[in-house]
Amino acid sequence: MNKTYFEILRAGVNTTIQDKGRNHLYHVGIAVSGAIDQRNYTLSNRLVENQLDEPVLEFAYQGPLLKLKNGKINFAISGDIFFKIIRKNLEIEEGECYKSYFLDEEDQVDIISTKNSTYGYLAINGGFDLEKTWGSYSINTKANIGPNDGKKYSLNDKIFIKKIDIKSPINKKINYDYSTDNIIRIIKGTNFDYFSKDAIDKFFNEDFLITNLVDRMGIRLKGPKLENIKNTNIKSEGLVRGVIQVPADGNPIIMLSDHGTVGGYPKIGVVIAADLDLVGQLTPGTKINFKEVSLEEAQNIFKAYTEDTNKYLNECN
Amino acid sequence: MVKNISNLGDAAVYCDFGPEVNETINSNVIDYFHHISKLIKDKKIEGITNLTPSYNKLIISFDLTITNYKKIKNFIEGLNINRDIKNNNQKIKIPVCCDDEYGLDFLRLTKKLKIDKNKILELYFKKEYFCYMTGFIAGMPFLGDLNESIRCDRLETPRLKMPKGSVGITEQFANIYTFESPGGWNIIGNTPKKIFDDKNLVQPALVNPGDKVSFYQITKEEYLNWNE
Repeated sequence: MNKTYFEILRAGVNTTIQDKGRNHLYHVGIAVSGAIDQRNYTLSNRLVENQLDEPVLEFAYQGPLLKLKNGKINFAISGDIFFKIIRKNLEIEEGECYKSYFLDEEDQVDIISTKNSTYGYLAINGGFDLEKTWGSYSINTKANIGPNDGKKYSLNDKIFIKKIDIKSPINKKINYDYSTDNIIRIIKGTNFDYFSKDAIDKFFNEDFLITNLVDRMGIRLKGPKLENIKNTNIKSEGLVRGVIQVPADGNPIIMLSDHGTVGGYPKIGVVIAADLDLVGQLTPGTKINFKEVSLEEAQNIFKAYTEDTNKYLNECN
Repeated sequence: MVKNISNLGDAAVYCDFGPEVNETINSNVIDYFHHISKLIKDKKIEGITNLTPSYNKLIISFDLTITNYKKIKNFIEGLNINRDIKNNNQKIKIPVCCDDEYGLDFLRLTKKLKIDKNKILELYFKKEYFCYMTGFIAGMPFLGDLNESIRCDRLETPRLKMPKGSVGITEQFANIYTFESPGGWNIIGNTPKKIFDDKNLVQPALVNPGDKVSFYQITKEEYLNWNE
């Protein structure tokens, strides 16, 4: 029996498989990885009636051009994405995010670009035919762990798809307004007192620019120099997603899913869990502001975030 | 013992074992790490997603949909940690080539430390080091302690790409970049030896906390012909 697969006719900038992430390996130096935007990842699975923890295809900026071979599937794309479906008779359909589509043998999906965001997700009904490494399907390109030898996909690679019986096309939709915000909420970091009063004022009141140095490991910002009055080095210690480190040059770095597991620069703050999806989607050239919240506020915001996600999941029909 | 517990953001607990860095305090951190790992495995505590032991800290990440800071903090405060006596630590020897094309930061180091390259190497190679932790990138060991004359701060701006195998020093510590990665340590050489093996699912890291490591210098020819 011939396996169903996507043939990659154009790889895109950074196309990988991601899921919820890989836990319990920080102590050997392996990051959690997983989809940068966990809400959009989850919604994409729901749109094709998958378990919510199925692996999906994550792409950044320009996405892949995929041709379906030896089978039929249902797929959906989530995020803020410009894409087209090229049917085998060369008819072209404009794609809509948050909506499931039927794809026939030899049809193509052309993910042209993300719009006001960095990442998007493509889920297929039944899921990809892959193997887990250390409890996750996520590709970690920094440690070369996961499917495709831990590397991002390239031209002519094949992504195998689980064979399932497609009885009828899935017709699912979510009314989701993709929106973004330039205010990032943080909790004070464990080295907050390393910074001068002036630096703290600037941190909360001035703009920080997202530079071009952005990837799945982290985001380097440029803004007013944040003056350190204690020590620009600390003894290397654990990091988590959302930590904002400030090296000696005074420019903050925000840790994302593939971040180094330990670091030696002072931590001025930590992005709250509810804002991590948002931060990960920020594009170079955007200006952001930081706002402080208490631990209690952060926990309430996270509750609201989870309820919001559930609301969209329940509305999907 | 844990001296202070605080929150690192809303989804992690920060356990501080005090400001000092030495083998005794680090061994205590490792004992906590092993003890909690076992409780997670035995399903005695839920919601913890990661443990990150370092020199004198232990960071506990958790899933906010399952637990919260207060619950994990109470759990840590209620622990009774006994000194773990099992000792299966190893002695490991690692080759390093220090030719200028691999030792990227000798110019900076000789300027900052005010001693020449040969002296730096002599002091570096004659010691045996203790592995305090692994991390940052997969399998990177953090080793100490360096001779006091060769201690130097991190680079002011971290490099975007440290070559794989780079051997670095910062303050009282040495490390090895197991993969190409961004990094801020002063690079004195490069090792051809495989320090992280992702095919080894049981113990992928060559060097683990508690191990003793010594380095020896090899020529460029030996480096290029290295075969494992």
